[in-house]
Amino acid sequence: MATITLEDRNKRTMLFGFGMALAMLGMGYAAVPLYNLFCRVTGFGGTTQVASESDAALAEQFAASAGGVSYSIRFDANTARNMPWEFKPVQVTDTVAIGQRDMAFYTARNNSDAPITGTATFNVEPEQAGRYFNKIQCFCFTEQTLQPGEEIRMPVLYYVDPAALDDPNMKGVEQITLSYTFHRADQDPS
Amino acid sequence: MATTAEGFDAHHEDHAHDHADHKPGFFARWFMSTNHKDIGTLYLIFAIIAGIVGGAISGAMRVELAQPGLQYLGTFVDMLGGDGTSFDQQGHMWNVLITAHGLIMVFFMVMPAMIGGFGNWFVPLMIGAPDMAFPRMNNISFWLTVAGFCSLLFSMFVPGGTGMGAGVGWTVYAPLSTSGSVGPAVDFAIFALHLAGAGSILGATNFITTIFNMRAPGMTLHKMPLFVWSVLVTAFLLLLALPVLAAAITMLLTDRNFGTTFFDPAGGGDPVLYQHLFWFFGHPEVYIMILPGFGMISQIVATFSKKPVFGYLGMAYAMVAIGVVGFIVWAHHMYTVGLDVNTKMYFTAATMVIAVPTGIKIFSWIATMWGGSIEFKSPMVWAMGFIFLFTVGGVTGVVLANGGIDDNLHDTYYVVAHFHYVLSLGAVTSMFAGWYYWFPKMFGRWHSEFLAHLHFWVFFVGVNVIFFPMHFLGLQGMARRYPDYTPAFAYWNEIATIGYMIMAVSIVIFFVNILYAIFFGKKPEANYWGEGATTLEWSLSSPPPFHQFETLPVIEEHHSADDHISPKPANA
Repeated sequence: MATITLEDRNKRTMLFGFGMALAMLGMGYAAVPLYNLFCRVTGFGGTTQVASESDAALAEQFAASAGGVSYSIRFDANTARNMPWEFKPVQVTDTVAIGQRDMAFYTARNNSDAPITGTATFNVEPEQAGRYFNKIQCFCFTEQTLQPGEEIRMPVLYYVDPAALDDPNMKGVEQITLSYTFHRADQDPS
Repeated sequence: MATTAEGFDAHHEDHAHDHADHKPGFFARWFMSTNHKDIGTLYLIFAIIAGIVGGAISGAMRVELAQPGLQYLGTFVDMLGGDGTSFDQQGHMWNVLITAHGLIMVFFMVMPAMIGGFGNWFVPLMIGAPDMAFPRMNNISFWLTVAGFCSLLFSMFVPGGTGMGAGVGWTVYAPLSTSGSVGPAVDFAIFALHLAGAGSILGATNFITTIFNMRAPGMTLHKMPLFVWSVLVTAFLLLLALPVLAAAITMLLTDRNFGTTFFDPAGGGDPVLYQHLFWFFGHPEVYIMILPGFGMISQIVATFSKKPVFGYLGMAYAMVAIGVVGFIVWAHHMYTVGLDVNTKMYFTAATMVIAVPTGIKIFSWIATMWGGSIEFKSPMVWAMGFIFLFTVGGVTGVVLANGGIDDNLHDTYYVVAHFHYVLSLGAVTSMFAGWYYWFPKMFGRWHSEFLAHLHFWVFFVGVNVIFFPMHFLGLQGMARRYPDYTPAFAYWNEIATIGYMIMAVSIVIFFVNILYAIFFGKKPEANYWGEGATTLEWSLSSPPPFHQFETLPVIEEHHSADDHISPKPANA
């Protein structure tokens, strides 16, 4: 008979148990980057996509053959509670044909007497439109710094991917709201 | 086959009998305990105390909800040293009450009683083991839980943002729990969860080790009592779910104190991620609370029907299936965060699938009773009450599983009614069933069967009067988590508060019954329930010796999962 005592077996099972708990703790933390990746890939929660110029050109060709659906795009602007910027869209709505590139503008003005760096979070509503809403250029890709009293116009260059036409979840969607919230990037957010 | 396990015979054979009854002094026995039965008793006492605190808090909430408007919250605020005339502080007080009630009942009442109390007491007895695998770790688990409870109580007396205490709900959602609650109260509440969670993880490992390695010779997994199966599945759920909660609340803690932004959009985080992590823990957690109850009900129904439980393997694997599927349905708690139709469809379908193994269990309990020689002793009455109440809660669960319907019912009293039917009425009823089933076994004194029956009927009427009207209130749109409501909801709220008072009377009967046992209780025999009770704890005296099974019992060929103690038939 092998000399594995009950004590040894118990220790082994215990280590197995703790190992499992530790692995799940790791999974909990791994969920943070995985969730981020998941949102960017699937457009979950209305996360918009990033596209290159050539993607956009291709989409335009597809759209030309697909025929003329168009969406009403609404522009929404918010600031976090501790953000003393005035931030608003230049145009409230716009109508774009599917696949067609469009440029929209927002303005931001620093109302405080100190330079402030801000970064914008974004999504679209309805959320299933996230994976078809492509941005070629956006002020939200980088941080923006405004001097006291400075006002800037910030562009967004985007298009709606014609692949949306094949998605049953996009049926009946006629209007997409693009929303931004500016947060302070230069201080502890809490 | 060896019938004694070496390594447990610390003393020489000659002293075996003395050893079995030798007890350490009071302090060493109760404060440094390594005996699974004593630790089980400690857990039960602790759970009763926590239950009284949590129950008193629900009384404070019910009295406030008895009428529309704010009547008593100001007084409570004053009692904690705040400004009772401040509307904000009154609202915060309400949040503190619901937080404390939820956390206490989940982590410090149901879990300690089910797993720590009955699990510690009866898992080693039922599998024929002398004790748990790691008796000292068992002790640590208990005192970590007590420390957690103290941390949670302490949180009520330190600032939590708008007023004293942590007012974040048992779910501790960000951003209310991060930027919305400055002050140390929420940190203490989170720390309480860390401590209780660590205690539970240690306990779960202990149970898994004990059940896997220390079963009596001949007791295969498929001959194990269903209660032991239920604790085994529960222990795995704890081991897989609690660390995820630990990760999530640790992120909350660093978001609060060290400037990380896991759940803060300003730094690229997402509060919805917290909800995913929380409910990935939270859904298995609700099965953690009910599965040991399932196990106890199976033992009790079989005992008092004097029949083996119907479909033993189906019962065991139904619990395994509930545990497994429980990990992939979490988003049904968060249908309204903005999930697309396909995601909702998946979570609706997956959630409804759980009704299948649950249905197997309900069916098998009824089939066990069918044609049985049923004796309506108090544990059986409680068990039948459990089956009824749990089924009601299960049916409303299937209603809520629908993503579309939940859009309307989310965060209404319909949800409150649902989870109290499965927990407050289901889990608690099963605990009382187990209490009366094993009380004479654990403490060596008979309770009064009359009082146990009376306790049941008063409790049963009381809890139904509290919670059934909440279905109506929820369907009419009364939102949960508010201390006030439109006068249109006043009628059923008043009735629910009357129900609370009825239920409170039943708890008095419960304590009177304990006093009865202490002063007038007769000594029970070893197997006081008779022929239907066939698991190994009934082969021992009541109460069992301080150290049992120094010679391990052997499960023979003729024994089955439903019978571990009958002697070998003569003709075999």
